[in-house]
Amino acid sequence: MIFNNGRLRHKRVLPGFTISLGVSLLFVSLILLLPTTGLIMQTSSMSLSEYWGVITDPRVLASYRVTILSALAASLFNCFFGLLLAWVLVRYEFPGKRILDALVDLPFALPTAVAGITLATLYAENGQIGSVLAELGIKVAYTPLGIVVAMIFTSIPFVVRTVQPVLEELSHDEEEAGMTLGASDRAVFWRIILPSLWPALMVGTALSFTRSLGEFGAVIFIAGNMPYISEITSLMIFVRLQEFDFAGASAIASVVLMTSLLLLLLINLWQARYLRRIHGR
Amino acid sequence: MQIKVIKTLLGTLFLATSLNVAAADQTLLNSSYDIARELFSAYNPVFAKHWQEKTGKTVEIKQSHAGSSAQARSILQGLPADVVTFNQVTDVQILHDRGKLIPENWQQLLPNASSPYYSTIAFLVRKGNPKQVSDWGDLARDDVKLVFPNPKTSGNARYTYLAALGYAQKSFGKDNQASQDQFLKKFLGNVAVFDTGGRGATTSFVERGIGDVLITFESEVNNIRQQYGADDYQVIVPKTSILAEFPVAVVEKNAKRNGTQELATEYLNYLYSEESQRLLAGFNYRVHNETVQAEFAKQFPTVDLLTVEQIIGGWDNAMKTQFANGAKLDQLLKR
Amino acid sequence: MNSFKPLRVGEAPLIKWSLITLAVFLGLLLLLLPLVSIFQQAFVGGWERYIGHLTQPDSLHAIGLTLMVAALTVPINLVFGIMLAWSVTRFEYPGRKLLITLIDIPFAVSPVVAGLLYLLLYGNSGWLGEWLYEHDLQIMFAWPGILLVTIFVTCPFVARELIPLMQQQGASEEEAAVILGASWWQLFRRVTLPNIKWALIYGVILTNARAVGEFGAVAVVSGNIRGETNTLPLHVQLLYEDYQAEAAFASASLLALIALVTLMLKAVVEWRQQRSLSANDNKEQSQL
Repeated sequence: MIFNNGRLRHKRVLPGFTISLGVSLLFVSLILLLPTTGLIMQTSSMSLSEYWGVITDPRVLASYRVTILSALAASLFNCFFGLLLAWVLVRYEFPGKRILDALVDLPFALPTAVAGITLATLYAENGQIGSVLAELGIKVAYTPLGIVVAMIFTSIPFVVRTVQPVLEELSHDEEEAGMTLGASDRAVFWRIILPSLWPALMVGTALSFTRSLGEFGAVIFIAGNMPYISEITSLMIFVRLQEFDFAGASAIASVVLMTSLLLLLLINLWQARYLRRIHGR
Repeated sequence: MQIKVIKTLLGTLFLATSLNVAAADQTLLNSSYDIARELFSAYNPVFAKHWQEKTGKTVEIKQSHAGSSAQARSILQGLPADVVTFNQVTDVQILHDRGKLIPENWQQLLPNASSPYYSTIAFLVRKGNPKQVSDWGDLARDDVKLVFPNPKTSGNARYTYLAALGYAQKSFGKDNQASQDQFLKKFLGNVAVFDTGGRGATTSFVERGIGDVLITFESEVNNIRQQYGADDYQVIVPKTSILAEFPVAVVEKNAKRNGTQELATEYLNYLYSEESQRLLAGFNYRVHNETVQAEFAKQFPTVDLLTVEQIIGGWDNAMKTQFANGAKLDQLLKR
Repeated sequence: MNSFKPLRVGEAPLIKWSLITLAVFLGLLLLLLPLVSIFQQAFVGGWERYIGHLTQPDSLHAIGLTLMVAALTVPINLVFGIMLAWSVTRFEYPGRKLLITLIDIPFAVSPVVAGLLYLLLYGNSGWLGEWLYEHDLQIMFAWPGILLVTIFVTCPFVARELIPLMQQQGASEEEAAVILGASWWQLFRRVTLPNIKWALIYGVILTNARAVGEFGAVAVVSGNIRGETNTLPLHVQLLYEDYQAEAAFASASLLALIALVTLMLKAVVEWRQQRSLSANDNKEQSQL
């Protein structure tokens, strides 16, 4: 993940600039940008005040809150859980390690609708996990907590897979020096390891957050979809579509789209900056 | 290696698709609501036989199933369906309003307002009816939890809401707006889960054990008892409920384009034949044919059926005053 | 204190094993249990019924359609991914970062919105859709529409795998090859491909997994015509909505199986990749 900016800038020795850039631009335009024109055309059929009215409807506002809070909770959990998984997978040898490693990618590979149905079954009050939790007085399925669980499931790989390579490449010198000098595990972890890990951890968590904002398939089956309490923004888009309100759906979709894009752009810029700072020559 | 795999896959697929283009003389695409799969997989062979006897031609009927609003949207956006068999009058009407795909007088083209069968809203309760639910009034009690889908996404739930409104009008008086609202507010407040569709609600109620009462079409309630054990659940048909029509129409613009007008019209007409009506009654739908009605009299208790027209003056008004963004339903749900 | 103080953090057995236990426990609970539950519910009625569910004509067609869409999506995104990675890692030009960000759109966009984007463009109300309708070209509610949205949602995977790797590797080997007179094909075949092989395969595996399993976006543009535009994930939902939970989970288990095969392939690829990397290191060291 090193940006060799200095070396690339001035030379075009390598072939294929025109064709690779051409194909990329064509593809990005046709597959990614062209469809968004449809969205823009639909949205532009509304006046600015109509647009504002749709995207600040109280129920839609409530759905932003639910979505953002759930995504925050899920990505925060994944920040810890993902770090734990990455740490265990990189640092230790134990039976079943390879299986655990492979399992991390399950959420990427499993269709979200299947995941949603299965999670709802497991976490319902009569499900295998839900019944145990119910005895403790915790209800998961059909509460906002269910949304968090579904988001945790679908976005955990982002954190693990971002942190893992950095953890692997981490130089041991400083850590060993610290340990030899008698610093405690905790001190070395906080002072030496975490500072080099946290940029990757932040990127992973931010990606996990972005993904959670857009999740629909897995969430919808477990959320309960109570107005003002457990309705997510994707559902509001879906509801507008059911009402044949394409412009309204597009308006809300445009808010989600712009938020996600902005987040991604920030993540990418920030990633580039911290990488340059670390490997800066 | 990979190329070989791809070739094999493509080969298999073309084989599969070529098998699919069976040697039928004509094909017909029926766009239907999500839970009508069993019904039409039973009706289609019956009709195909009838069509062959009548014209000597074979026909292959393709089915598309999804929520009926989603189906209407797909057709407006270009799904080439020849006929629609929906569970929402509004979803058929919109094909005229938005796309001029069907004539304005579509409800006059076939008997009973183009609705070959109908149903009503009923309750399903757990064995022994532990909460002693017998009519709509019980559903607003503090100790009763309800399951029905979201009226915003499900036609089924719109009927439920309107039926509750009809009950409120009847018991509190049509002009007693405050009492009606109070009842509806409590009724909606008792909902435990708002699934997006009818079947999702059933799953929540039956498999997840949520709520005391599931409110859905009578045809569904009986299906559920058949599927999940008649002993574990009890059907309660309230004294008053709503007439739920299942409208059908030929999508004329598409049928003209596909050259299937005659076939499509007959497909819908034949739903009114005695044979078909018996089949429909077997799927727990109420029918108009008197002979069949008599045969199945035991299965369908008498209910005082209010029409949407009587309750709220038609679907247009219902959508505008109750379900539209910011209308009555949204206000009642506001915390 | 322990006189054999380990040189690395977290090597003390107590910490080590409690961390492992916690990770494994959470992994089992959050990841493995859902997987097991799918198979458990698919096999409630035994093998014969399971096979019976899967060999129904509609199920078979759904499987075929899903595989075809994946078989077309993968090569298209493979070519695109290589082209994009090559252009953004080997050359500098304005807007390069924007291009890298744009390619992430599908990760960020809710699949339903992705489907909606295509529907609004190619559907009858879209400006392109009208033209298509007049020319009798059916894109939405037919397999080309499904293919298009699948390409959309899966296009970042290959590029995303390649870009960091190619950035890290730098262009020096390739530049040397060009100076030594290699043609572009030789360059790609002999220098670039061996270096990116494993990442490429990894990207393909992820693309394939997602292509097979995409639900939200496909649901919007499919039209749900059974035996024609019903993909396997849609088929699962249809069956599930139809009180055929067992048949639904049978189809779902097939998708889970594909997921499992994917994970296994991926594990193998990673293992080979590590081996070839360490072999390279050894080679370099011996050359020094």
